Amino acid sequence: MSDVKKNEESMAQAVKEILSGGLTRTVLSVLLGFLVGALFMIGSNKEFIEALGYLFSRPSDALGAAVQVVSEGYGALFRGAIYNADADTFEKAIRPLTETLRLGAPLIAAGLGIGLTFRVGLFNIGGTGQLIFGMIFATFVATRLELPFVLHTIVALIAGIVGAALLGAMVGFLKARTGAHEVILTIMLNYIALYFFTFLMRNPALLQETRATGNPKADPAAETALLPKLIGDNYSLHWGLIFALLAVVVFWWLMERSTIGFRLRMVGFNPDAARAAGINVEKTYILAMALSAGFVGVAAANQSLGVAVGVTPSAHANIGFDAITVALLGGSSGPGILLAGLLFGAFKAGAPSMQVIGVSPEVLGIVQGAIVLFIAAPPLIRAIFRLPAVQNSNALGAIRKRLFSRGGAK
Amino acid sequence: MSMNIQTEEKVGFKAPIVMSSLGLLVLVLLGFLGREGMVAFEISRRTDVVQLPAIDVDSSTLGIFSGIVMIAISGFALWRSMQNKRTPIWVLTVYGAVGITVLLGWLAAGATVPVTFIAGTALVLAVPIILGAMGGVMSERVGITNIAIEGQLLSGAFMAAVVSSITGSFTLGIIAAMVTAALMSMVLATFSIVFLAQQIIVGVVLNVLVIGITNFLYQQWLTEDGENVNFPGTLEIIKIPVLSDIPVIGPILFENRITVFLALVIVPVLWFILFKTRLGLRARAVGEHPLAADTVGVNVARTRFWWVTIGGAIAGLGGAALTIGNAGAFGREMSGGFGFIALAVVILGRWHPISAALAALLFGFSIILRVWANQVSPGIPTDFITMVPYLVTIIAVVGFVGKSIPPKALAVPYTKG
Amino acid sequence: MKLELRGITKRFGQVTANDSIDLVIEPGEIHALLGENGAGKSTLMNVLYGLYTADEGVIELDGIVQKFSGPGDAMAAGIGMVHQHFMLIPVFTVAENVALGHEPTKALGVIDLAKAKQQVREISERFGFNVDPDALIADLPVGVQQRVEIIKALSRDAKVLVLDEPTAVLTPQETDELMEIMKQLAATGTSIVFITHKLREVKAVADKITVIRLGKVVGTAKPDASTSELASLMVGREVILTIDKKPAAPGKAVLEVSHVSVLDDRSQRMVNDVSFEVKAGEILALAGVQGNGQTELAEYLLGLRKSIDPEAKTTINGIDISTASVREVLESGVGFIPEDRKTDGLVSEFTIAENLMLNSSFKSRFTRGLSINFGARKKIADELVEQFDVRTPSSETLASKLSGGNQQKVVVARELSRDVSLLIASQPTRGVDVGSIEFIHEQIIAERDAGKAVVLISTELDEVLALADRIAVMYRGKIVGIVGPETSREDLGKLMAGVTA
Repeated sequence: MSDVKKNEESMAQAVKEILSGGLTRTVLSVLLGFLVGALFMIGSNKEFIEALGYLFSRPSDALGAAVQVVSEGYGALFRGAIYNADADTFEKAIRPLTETLRLGAPLIAAGLGIGLTFRVGLFNIGGTGQLIFGMIFATFVATRLELPFVLHTIVALIAGIVGAALLGAMVGFLKARTGAHEVILTIMLNYIALYFFTFLMRNPALLQETRATGNPKADPAAETALLPKLIGDNYSLHWGLIFALLAVVVFWWLMERSTIGFRLRMVGFNPDAARAAGINVEKTYILAMALSAGFVGVAAANQSLGVAVGVTPSAHANIGFDAITVALLGGSSGPGILLAGLLFGAFKAGAPSMQVIGVSPEVLGIVQGAIVLFIAAPPLIRAIFRLPAVQNSNALGAIRKRLFSRGGAK
Repeated sequence: MSMNIQTEEKVGFKAPIVMSSLGLLVLVLLGFLGREGMVAFEISRRTDVVQLPAIDVDSSTLGIFSGIVMIAISGFALWRSMQNKRTPIWVLTVYGAVGITVLLGWLAAGATVPVTFIAGTALVLAVPIILGAMGGVMSERVGITNIAIEGQLLSGAFMAAVVSSITGSFTLGIIAAMVTAALMSMVLATFSIVFLAQQIIVGVVLNVLVIGITNFLYQQWLTEDGENVNFPGTLEIIKIPVLSDIPVIGPILFENRITVFLALVIVPVLWFILFKTRLGLRARAVGEHPLAADTVGVNVARTRFWWVTIGGAIAGLGGAALTIGNAGAFGREMSGGFGFIALAVVILGRWHPISAALAALLFGFSIILRVWANQVSPGIPTDFITMVPYLVTIIAVVGFVGKSIPPKALAVPYTKG
Repeated sequence: MKLELRGITKRFGQVTANDSIDLVIEPGEIHALLGENGAGKSTLMNVLYGLYTADEGVIELDGIVQKFSGPGDAMAAGIGMVHQHFMLIPVFTVAENVALGHEPTKALGVIDLAKAKQQVREISERFGFNVDPDALIADLPVGVQQRVEIIKALSRDAKVLVLDEPTAVLTPQETDELMEIMKQLAATGTSIVFITHKLREVKAVADKITVIRLGKVVGTAKPDASTSELASLMVGREVILTIDKKPAAPGKAVLEVSHVSVLDDRSQRMVNDVSFEVKAGEILALAGVQGNGQTELAEYLLGLRKSIDPEAKTTINGIDISTASVREVLESGVGFIPEDRKTDGLVSEFTIAENLMLNSSFKSRFTRGLSINFGARKKIADELVEQFDVRTPSSETLASKLSGGNQQKVVVARELSRDVSLLIASQPTRGVDVGSIEFIHEQIIAERDAGKAVVLISTELDEVLALADRIAVMYRGKIVGIVGPETSREDLGKLMAGVTA
């Protein structure tokens, strides 16, 4: 066989693999998710429903209404999350994008945490509880200690990570020690953490703000502890983004390059073989839960130190739960979670401008849910789009190697 | 003929240790360091036909007495453990009842405890949890983990409120709630059985989706047009003649809405089906060893599908109990974690309908206690009382049922070959 | 009832498990289906039983073509099957297991347990099975569980009974009892298909023998055919039953085990006061029927289980490892080839290279600080793939893509390339093709000749006889005798049945 033909065949094979691979499925899932959201927008639109009444006499009205509501809704999302073309200056026009980055940062960090447990064969539903514990620690350092600028932020960040990691480690410990299922433990701890946080913020001796109004609320973080603004005072984007990006790099090294990650993945794939290979599986579970919660802790610090307003019990902003969807969409890989976190960050950033034009931004919750529903069942996406089944050859790997390997093949 | 294999199994001492520490805590905190004052346990309502006198006790004396009883029960559990036997469920129920009583007595020092009101409300509040847990038992017994109970409750609550409001018929509302939740279960079942997806993930995702959809519709539709689509009112309270006149249990059990009665019927019926009938035997076989069931001609996929689906319908009824069975309207994310509690209750009850229902009752009590504690003794930090059932679940999962054996094939997809 | 299979073909992806197989089973006949592990016997029977649908071919009963869409259809047509892994539900009673799928019921679908128990008792008495219908399956020994399986089939009026590797889990004595049962059933007109790879059993009981190799029928024979004739049909060439090896030159004791007792997951005492030693340069085989404590003993030696006897002591080269963790045991110079490579030996989602560093991830030639040394790993992996003849496109191929034999070679390569003084090889050739078996056996002997101590755990008598310098026979958790390699099969068989001289 000639080389050209061989290449062609392997290209065809590679195309098949791309179609059956994770990336295609992910993109299609996202598109389908938006489609589902669009259907809900259309279905709840008054003009559309009215136009349905005379659908057969003037079908274009219904169609027009449908197109209009969807383009307005997603247009508002785009304006609120990426680029606002209506703004007078470029600086203002680009602000939505910075908001997306700001709101995406904690989702990325927490998503990494949840993704880590997926890789170890665990399921951490306790992002919320761990986030709250991280916030308790970080808020305490940020409001009750006096430290110089920079150092204060760093200590508060570390406190947040440690606080979250402690709760995570406890779940790991209880699982390892008693065999209790981590899903139940983390769900229960979410509630316990929330009520504990509220209790702390009701008590002036603990976390409640100095000029207490009776509502559970903490003091704002000291100025020395606040995360500094990243690109000037015109934007609220702060260093939380940098920490989230650092977390992505650390996650990637940990999971793909380090021996610790090797053992974590080993336990995830086959705990029996890991045990026979001399790995203490129970300790690995504890470590994994602690590391996972540690990443969530980065998000916690972000919530406590990001804004100059005191935290309230709702400051966890459901990030712990959204992180599950981020990790699922991101396929539990560092780069994937980065992109998924930004997408869902964009949803948060764009919500208010959808509200303004009268489309309920709650529709984004549906989009989010639909996306991960399609992600959760790869065969479903394959069935819908008639994609080929997963291929077994290494053609794609070979091509990727040719493109990306350093120094060429040996 | 049969080989005499030496068995050296251990029941474990975790349960007695946890139980006796709790007993000691009660003895010291609620007894010796307890609050001054008499408590009146009011067991009859003023409207009751048969009037029984209230029971007056001293709060701290009750604490000491209950602490001793609880420690004694722990001692019994310890003795059973030493003999390598499990403590029977009714003993644990008595232990729990004593614990609830002493907490009531402590909270109400110097006041009265309206027993029928508290127990009755606890039951009403427990109904969504009980029904959610029955849905959970049904799906987990056939080997499908159901994290989506929360979403099933929420969708049931939504549909019951909306359909009842629009049609004016509670019956239609209940049917709509059950059908919707059953459809959700079908999605879970299809993903798990046909697409072999990770069941926990599908469950979580379904919850996200239902929360998203109900939030959207609530904001876009129910808040604007609330009077027409979210104003169903509540079901009528039915008094069963004669039975409802029995002191104490009459008003608690026999003077309720249809949702409560249905729950009270479904629990024993499910137990009966599960352990006494052909359907139940086959279902349990599918959950324990699907391949074995398949080889004797039991259709694994179909069994799983229908048990999960009907379980969903029951959870949907639980959702209806939230709106037309109690609150009278739908509220944003109103299931508020009941579905997750139901999940805990399934494990707490060791996948047994009756034990699970009893565990659900514990949560019912904790909810009413929180509300009532605020009224009777406002100084108590209610955040901690709110935490109690969740802590109990953790203690139980770690201590009591850490060794409990779930259906063998739980969360394992079944494929031939 | 006469059963006829014609041209049965079954493919899984690109693999053809059954290639147009023809088989005729006369009424009252015991028909042995002989073949190596992986020859396609079980697939064929699962087709017959309706668990798989054949891609081509027909099944006929008394001349009528059958269409089975599930086991239920096959059962209704009179086919009963006793699977290799019992299809019993451990938490159910005997009666419930037998009744499952065709439960006698009263009104409202309530199970008539009395009737179900009566049915078990009747069949049990008819054949002298001695099975209590109220016993929980989990409490019964395997031999009795197997009888429950037979009762299950008979209670459904099976006219053709398929027994899939029924003797794998039985003691020789239980095997004899089973053969009596088979003859008795055949005498009452039941046809029996007896699937096995054990030649002696076939010769003892079969009326007719069909040999299958690589998914094809390669021949039929009468039970009076010679063993070597059957064996060569089975493996496709004359089998070398003995391997050339020099006499052992034992050195000082490497492994010393004394008074070890171990519980299994069900808290049953599976190893009972075992003591032995292995010297450098010798192979000690732990022989015995499966399930007599070998698995648990191997797991104890690796540190996965602890002895319940405080007196117990185990040393390697004089160092006490009685309470050591698995990692400490491995690092003290132990190589371990686990019994079940799929669960314990490999991570099938990992590449070959990753699998080769499986138990060297802490501080080893594969690591640099906390990072994996990818360059070194690639180099070592490529070398080992070459040296151990692992047939693979590259060392970056996923382990799940390899054949059983090549997977096992990866495990062997990993363990032998580490610096070990003791090799524990548990069923090292189970489910491995003949070529790989020979290669692995040679490697084990090479280790011995290099002065390493070897513990070989095997239920295959042929393997034990081929490799061992000394044979310790385990029965019900005890070592009932340690004998030399010249011991006859008969004497070993007696020991394996617990009969001590």
